[in-house]
Amino acid sequence: MKRLGQTIRDLWKDPMGRIGMIGILLVILVAIFAPLAAPFEPDKMVAMPKSAPSADYWFGTDNYGRDIFSRILYGARVSLEVGIIAVGIGAVAGYILGLLAGYFEGWVDRVIMCVMDILFAFPSILLAIFISAVLGRGLVNTMIAIGIVNIPVFARTVRAAVISAKGLEYVSNARSVGVRTGAILVRHISPNVVAPFTVQATLALSSAILTEASMSFLGLGIQPPDPSWGSMLSEARTFMEQAPWMAIFPALFIIVTILLFNILGDSLRDVLDPKLKT
Amino acid sequence: MDHLLEMRNLSIDLYRGRRTPPVKLVEGIDLNIDKKQNFGIVGESGCGKSITCSSIMGLLSFPLSVGAGSSIRFQRENGTDTELLSLPKKQMQQLRGKEISMIFQEPMTALDPMYTIEDQIVESLRFHTDLSRSAMREAALEMLRKVKIPRAEEILKEYPHHLSGGMLQRVMIAIALINNPRLLIADEPTTALDVTIQAQILDLMNELRESYDTSVIMITHDLGVIAETCEQVAVFYAGQVVEQASVDDIFHHTAHPYTSGLLRSVTSLGGEQKELYTIRGTVPTAGQFSSGCRFADRCEHCTARCREAVPPLTEVAPGHQCRCWLHASGAEKEAAR
Repeated sequence: MKRLGQTIRDLWKDPMGRIGMIGILLVILVAIFAPLAAPFEPDKMVAMPKSAPSADYWFGTDNYGRDIFSRILYGARVSLEVGIIAVGIGAVAGYILGLLAGYFEGWVDRVIMCVMDILFAFPSILLAIFISAVLGRGLVNTMIAIGIVNIPVFARTVRAAVISAKGLEYVSNARSVGVRTGAILVRHISPNVVAPFTVQATLALSSAILTEASMSFLGLGIQPPDPSWGSMLSEARTFMEQAPWMAIFPALFIIVTILLFNILGDSLRDVLDPKLKT
Repeated sequence: MDHLLEMRNLSIDLYRGRRTPPVKLVEGIDLNIDKKQNFGIVGESGCGKSITCSSIMGLLSFPLSVGAGSSIRFQRENGTDTELLSLPKKQMQQLRGKEISMIFQEPMTALDPMYTIEDQIVESLRFHTDLSRSAMREAALEMLRKVKIPRAEEILKEYPHHLSGGMLQRVMIAIALINNPRLLIADEPTTALDVTIQAQILDLMNELRESYDTSVIMITHDLGVIAETCEQVAVFYAGQVVEQASVDDIFHHTAHPYTSGLLRSVTSLGGEQKELYTIRGTVPTAGQFSSGCRFADRCEHCTARCREAVPPLTEVAPGHQCRCWLHASGAEKEAAR
């Protein structure tokens, strides 16, 4: 994995990439160490409801008197978990479909891409709501719904990369020495897909986190009392005037996390694009 | 079958959508390749020489396909004749690289930048032999020495970008010959190389061909390469064979006006200084051929008949065929009327 090390080094050289990497690392650490870092239990009533931010309760408390800071730390877990697993589902399925469509073309391609285009035609939040309405509410179903929404983007990205790689002379050369189709796909074509795929995955993570927040906000995603940034925002809506901190802090975390993933994704795209290298 | 490879009435279609009929990029190609023969195919870019050879390997991919009524028969190692065009995909994969292999034009892009030279040579062994990894490595090393690569041990560990074009083409030759194929297709193997390296590569190929008893199809647009390496030559023009003969006949008893045009447009060192001859006009686009001879518009000897009917490929001398009304016998001229 010489290339992985090189990529990280290149990212570090880019100021935006550095910000993205450090920021996301922090979010991940927060998610992992939430039980240690959180001053209170996320679903315990620890103070008067709707108390303003103070030295004890940094981000204030919500309408049940739960500590918002602790809930946000735990919420990071949910966000990342949903993001990573949903993108994982979408990426793996999209990768396989894109590889098949791109390599075999003809009717395989037409059938796969037709289904993808139909999925693509729906606004992602609408599709996610529809799927989770079919599957039922809950954490796992939310992940599956967001995962399915992500399939078409990955399938398209991978297919395009495969089609351009297929035209490379060394792929014809591999075929001319009798290398089997499976081996050609794995050994010679896949490496060309890694770069666009990684970039897509990073950007998809941010949109998955946002979709989860939106779904939870609408009451379709994570169910109470589990803390999720989206559902916290949803609860805060009713108390906007009395306790604005209930809405401000979860919203801030959603914005910053998504921004960090986008920054990293952009920087990664620049680093991995061989045409931009001098 | 007397020949190693017999191509009959080969045509290649370009698919243009469901409603439009396919364009025939190549039509009515008959070629015979003998054992241990060095066969040259000359023609300018886009005349169909490369796709003709890709069709032997079964490497045509959408939107190209071999047309109906085509046949390519190949004499296998075990002595049986096989129709390559109807061979199942699995068997074709086994044959590729083992009995027929290919060298590409651009050695720089024909090797995968992700893998070492050793990996790439071993890859062609892996699917055709059951040698152990270390035995394959030995074989790769030996093969690199045969193609005269210095520091073979070290080169095995290097990546394609470490090597020069000439070196890479030697590696390509090593990959192509490592399974001792019966037929080697060389698609402009020297076009991307420096002139001095070209000569070395051609010498190497001639040498190896003799020690391996391999037949070679040399695709090129360089008549110099043909003169230096081939015994039999087919001249392609706009998807057809316009002339086929031994190298001597092509150079000294040229029959077709296109071939003589090609010969006249070769530069020579030390000759008298004059403007270089060019064949006027351009090659007609596939799908827009006239009903007559495809070379008619560019030909200095064009007659009315040339525009009316396609000349047949006729024998002008024993073993020398030409597709031109100037050389067609009386009976064929009558038949065409």
